[in-house]
Amino acid sequence: MGLTLTWLSVIILIPLAGLFLKSLELSPEQFWNILSSRRTLNALRVSFGLAFAAACVNLVMGSIIVWALVRYRFPGRRIFDAIVDVPFALPTAVAGVALTALFAEKGWLGAPLAALGIKVAFTPVGIFVAMIFIGIPFVVRTVQPVLQDLDPEIEEAAGSLGASRWQTIIRVILPSLAPALLTGLALAFARAVGEYGSVIFIAGNLPNVSEIAPLLIVIRLSEFRYADATAIAVVMLVVSFVIIFAVNRLQRWAQSRIPAR
Amino acid sequence: MTIEVKNLVKKFGSFAALDGVDLKVDNGELLALLGPSGSGKTTLLRIIAGLDWPDSGEVSFNGEDALAQGARERHVGFVFQHYALFRHMTVFENVAFGLRVQPRAVRKDEATIRARVKELLDLVQLDWLADRYPSQLSGGQRQRIALARALAIEPRILLLDEPFGALDAKVRKELRKWLRSLHHEINVTSIFVTHDQEEALEVANRVVVMDKGRIEQIGSPDDVYETPATAFVHGFIGESIELPVQVEGGVIRLGDHPLRLAADGLAPGASKLFVRRHDMLVGPPGSGAFEGAVQHVRNFGPVQRAEVALSGGQTIEIDAPRGRELRAGDTIGLEPRRYRIFAGT
Repeated sequence: MGLTLTWLSVIILIPLAGLFLKSLELSPEQFWNILSSRRTLNALRVSFGLAFAAACVNLVMGSIIVWALVRYRFPGRRIFDAIVDVPFALPTAVAGVALTALFAEKGWLGAPLAALGIKVAFTPVGIFVAMIFIGIPFVVRTVQPVLQDLDPEIEEAAGSLGASRWQTIIRVILPSLAPALLTGLALAFARAVGEYGSVIFIAGNLPNVSEIAPLLIVIRLSEFRYADATAIAVVMLVVSFVIIFAVNRLQRWAQSRIPAR
Repeated sequence: MTIEVKNLVKKFGSFAALDGVDLKVDNGELLALLGPSGSGKTTLLRIIAGLDWPDSGEVSFNGEDALAQGARERHVGFVFQHYALFRHMTVFENVAFGLRVQPRAVRKDEATIRARVKELLDLVQLDWLADRYPSQLSGGQRQRIALARALAIEPRILLLDEPFGALDAKVRKELRKWLRSLHHEINVTSIFVTHDQEEALEVANRVVVMDKGRIEQIGSPDDVYETPATAFVHGFIGESIELPVQVEGGVIRLGDHPLRLAADGLAPGASKLFVRRHDMLVGPPGSGAFEGAVQHVRNFGPVQRAEVALSGGQTIEIDAPRGRELRAGDTIGLEPRRYRIFAGT
């Protein structure tokens, strides 16, 4: 018990406390000025906004992928199942380079998209794509065991009671999966907010347009403006914490409607 | 509602789950499908419910083709072995589900739905559990809720798939009685699947015995017990002694040993002799058709179960009444009070 707490403190709490202490070197006014600068605000907006959008896309697409992986037997299912883990396993920089090559104006996907007038690489859309890429396994892996546990008989029961397919999905399947879906959403979101490696290659990193908050922190650090960097970091931390907390409450609420068996 | 099934065939790969099944169920009947696992009874039930589709054959309700309809349109109440309750809904909402998903045009208003659910919960005697979640109920309670949920849609037919299979012995016994009286009360044509002969014989008006995708016998509980139609039925229902015999020139032989049993009207050839354990009467040596040595004896309440090595070499178990106590080492004569012989091996 004592050991676990000590370990947790050393690993997590002390660095976080250090972060707050460092930011205290700034006067409240300085702190505010850093945060309210246009560049900081834009970076935060890009990070959180795109991360949330990407998490939502992952929620929908991830659910569909999980459904296919759990409910259907098709050749190559195991391979697809393994592929889901690739974004977990791949070094983020490798992922970033690969995505950039793919979506660059001469890339395999970038070229046809460019022909349609859609530019992905070096724009916010690129950030969005990278965030979807790294977030998908979180949704799939949290929902998968719950769906596997969900007895197909309950769908048959709903059907024989007169429910249409759509009613079965809305009233029976989704509510049963809700806690897992929310957890997956929260994890994918948290990961996307903090993502650095795979994003910076594809982002183009234009200040105010496609510059993510973690990158801005790195830039400030390289300019030796440590306090500035920590101020942004503290805000990211607090906002992330609030969002995770909110999702957690939501998840609790959903969970309370399905008491443990 | 009458149900008629004609020449139903269903294959899973090369395995024939149903191999030409014909069955007629009368209005208001409580019918049991009895058979070992893999005999096709659950497949038959699922096809009637519309949860599975046959490769060929017909299913009709009141003469109307049921296969033209999906499970949703058939208005069939289905109760699953593992209840299949919606675990994120309260007991009340589970029972109300079938009423809430009705098309808007025929959906009842909230007050009517509440009254109906209350009525059903009263019927299954669990109205005090309305606000609980399924996970907070015992197995027997869950199954009764599942039944109430199935009844909510006023089904034309009630189908139950091993309804008591996951419950312990005592609860099973209670629920059997309860199901019979419930059926008496609501009088919906009902079919239940079971592998438990006692359950089938105790609850049903008629029993359908199945094996390997075929119906072996259809009859009242007395019929299938007293006059089994096939060797399988005799072996499956009740505890039987089964001996391989040879019928030749009006004589029945067990090994080389001719038995003093009438062989009138039996086809010659290899056959099987069936005797109920309690139909073997014990007498002094040389008195009956068989002779054997008692190996050991155990007492089960009113009967003593003895393992007897017959002079032909086979070992059988008999149930003899208490009173004339048997002891290991005794040599006894055995006379079957009733027996049946089926041709074939």
